[in-house]
Amino acid sequence: MTAAVRVEHVTKRFGDLVALDDVSLEVEEGGVLGVIGYSGAGKSTLVRLMNGLEQPTTGRVLVGDAEISALPERELRRVRRDIGMIFQQFNLFRARTVAGNVAYPLRVAGVSRTERDARVARVLDFVGLLDKAHAHPEQLSGGQKQRVGIARALATSPRLLLADEATSALDPETTADVLALLKRVNRELGITIVLITHEMEAVKAVAQQVVVMEAGRIVERGSLVDVFSAPATPAAARFVRSVLHDRPTGATLDRLRSAHRGRLVTVRVADRPGFTATVSDAFAKRRLSNELVFGGISELGDRSVGALTYALDGPGAAVDEALAELRGAGIAVEEEAAG
Amino acid sequence: MNGFLADLPTYLTAIGQTLFIVLVSLVVAGALGLVLGVALAVTRRGGLLSNPVLFAVLNVVVNIVRPIPFVIFVIAIAPVTIGVLGTYLGPAAATFALSLAAAFAVSRIVEQSLVAVDPGVLEAARAAGASPLRTIATVLIPEGLGPLILGYTFLFVGIVDMSAQVGLIGGGGLGDFAVTYGSQRYDWPVVYITVATIIVLVQIGQLVGNRLARLALRR
Repeated sequence: MTAAVRVEHVTKRFGDLVALDDVSLEVEEGGVLGVIGYSGAGKSTLVRLMNGLEQPTTGRVLVGDAEISALPERELRRVRRDIGMIFQQFNLFRARTVAGNVAYPLRVAGVSRTERDARVARVLDFVGLLDKAHAHPEQLSGGQKQRVGIARALATSPRLLLADEATSALDPETTADVLALLKRVNRELGITIVLITHEMEAVKAVAQQVVVMEAGRIVERGSLVDVFSAPATPAAARFVRSVLHDRPTGATLDRLRSAHRGRLVTVRVADRPGFTATVSDAFAKRRLSNELVFGGISELGDRSVGALTYALDGPGAAVDEALAELRGAGIAVEEEAAG
Repeated sequence: MNGFLADLPTYLTAIGQTLFIVLVSLVVAGALGLVLGVALAVTRRGGLLSNPVLFAVLNVVVNIVRPIPFVIFVIAIAPVTIGVLGTYLGPAAATFALSLAAAFAVSRIVEQSLVAVDPGVLEAARAAGASPLRTIATVLIPEGLGPLILGYTFLFVGIVDMSAQVGLIGGGGLGDFAVTYGSQRYDWPVVYITVATIIVLVQIGQLVGNRLARLALRR
């Protein structure tokens, strides 16, 4: 499998600030990589290295065969025509019409007028805004503006699309539309996408691979399903929880503890036949009072992920035995820490 | 006032001279100021062609020239004007001095208009593979066009003002006319006719500028 993007041991400093600290990653051709992290984690810097808007302090960045981090600015300009980019604030040219915005990268690339018109019509049709070709950006809604942004990024038929917080300025419904469009860009046009976001929802909708960033480092990486079903780091766990709402936290946890006797135990949902039977058997045969008090299960790709929290009451040794049995059966079990 | 009818041809000539001085200065100062203002806007730290040393030099030069009172500036560069045009009197000489002085004022107006352009759209152009010069011509200036036109309108009013001043020191035009045929003969109606003429001129300029700016801003 060839890599569409390869980042090798990249460190980026701005003065004393270390924005990226020894970051390495690969994005496979035709894949969608979601890069998630809180603001200031270095995500934007990372994506801006991929089209050479920033250069690494040390390390290498490759896109296809081009070594972005070694090219002079003049060469970079040519390479950038094969890399689309969309932005949180859309960054449309207000002095140009929708069609003028989409045509801009084609003019830069020196595409002839007839060819330009044809391509502008084609991408505007793809994003569903052909009827708005002669409108000006300020006449459009936020979601429409981002669709123009996507059309502009696709005009030169790039192989890679960089999306920098592309849905962060949109309301939830519009976000879903734009994410669905990005998914079509990937599936129908085969364009590799790097999606930078602090919204797990966006990653969940589009990405196949996920990278979690914190303080300039990649703290976790893996397939979408793996990171969601078993986040290994606190940072990843927080993001996953923000979408799945499957673990009680804070006030909810306090309330559950005061309302139920015994120990609160969270069992991660394993997507396999007999899962619930295994769990209830382990509790029942030890005569443990077990009450389901919290939980959530979501569909992710073609798998179910989530967690169920039980209040278990009975002899301490029996509870420990039951939990050991579940772990022995390959089911992840965690006890909610006492408040 | 009796004298005014006799002076009508001179009055019309004075209007023609003022229009000549104002329009030529507007074009020349506008062009020079645009180049200088773009240079100031793009060479500053973080600009499209960030070059702190060049920016510092340009900034200092503009700051030295700008505060010089215009009448003194005209006299101070008289040797240069004579060197170029052979005289420091008449509308052509006035236009030369005025264009130069106004160019520095324009540069600041242009700089302000362009620095206010959203850096995001410049980044979008860069991400599309546009060179800095292309970005200046096809994104930076078009995106800042509304404020630029309003700035140039402001400049037009300033140039009308300055053209009257050069008139007093031998440049011809309406300023010269108001003094020579008006106040020096105690013919106050002539002075007020001149004032009214200048007001009309300024109003027309402002109206055209506002219209163009509204077109550019689509408001």
